Amino acid sequence: MPATARPLSPHLSVYRWQIQMVTSILHRVSGVALAVGTVLLVAMLVALAAGPEAWARMTAFSRSWIGIVLLVGFTWAFSFHLLNGIRHLGQDLGWGYRIDQFVRNGWLASIGSLVLTVVLWACAFMQWGGA
Amino acid sequence: MSQFRTPLKRALGLGSAKHGVHHFLVQRLTAIALIILGIWFVWFVLRLPGLDFDGARALLAAPWNALLMGLFVIAAFWHAQLGLQVVVEDYVHTHGWQLFLQVAIRFLCILGAAASVFAILRIALGR
Repeated sequence: MPATARPLSPHLSVYRWQIQMVTSILHRVSGVALAVGTVLLVAMLVALAAGPEAWARMTAFSRSWIGIVLLVGFTWAFSFHLLNGIRHLGQDLGWGYRIDQFVRNGWLASIGSLVLTVVLWACAFMQWGGA
Repeated sequence: MSQFRTPLKRALGLGSAKHGVHHFLVQRLTAIALIILGIWFVWFVLRLPGLDFDGARALLAAPWNALLMGLFVIAAFWHAQLGLQVVVEDYVHTHGWQLFLQVAIRFLCILGAAASVFAILRIALGR
């Protein structure tokens, strides 16, 4: 510990919650979740290569309640990281830094990710029902 | 002779780890690739619930799908390694853990990408 206890960034305790910090934190959380969740994708590909029995276990897992919870979580993490990632690429080009734009785009990415998750699962259930 | 160099000369192109902007650039290149590949990936995954084993295998075996799935997996694990690296750099402050996690993340990302590409090749080129 240094002799003087200086306040350390990011000063979470002195800020009120606002959309800027929510999107920043969620981008990291969703990124780590996606990295861990990609294990599911590897398992899917390996099961498809291994044969019908392994594939049957994979589909049974993805239709169990824990499988659906994990897949819905993965879908949201994918949706948020995609939309907020596009927002970040725009910011890298110098766009959307006015405070009102910054806040609006943060809400767009957050609410958009929930909408996208619902839309994707509606499409998935229509495919499932059509099978 | 270092006094003849300006501080700017010493900073340009190096960065704290002497890697310059390589990490920044590759993170964004893979991000742009993943936007395009991600849209294809959503289309691909949404077709799976309506397919049985043979149908799913035939879908992935189609040349374009096998190629794009291979690229998606490589870009995803590359992007994941770069992102996880920064998260660990920011939050892990013990030298031993830092070293262990950075090596483990690289090994696991390469293992995941290689296992996926191997599975895709088996499916695309027949057993």
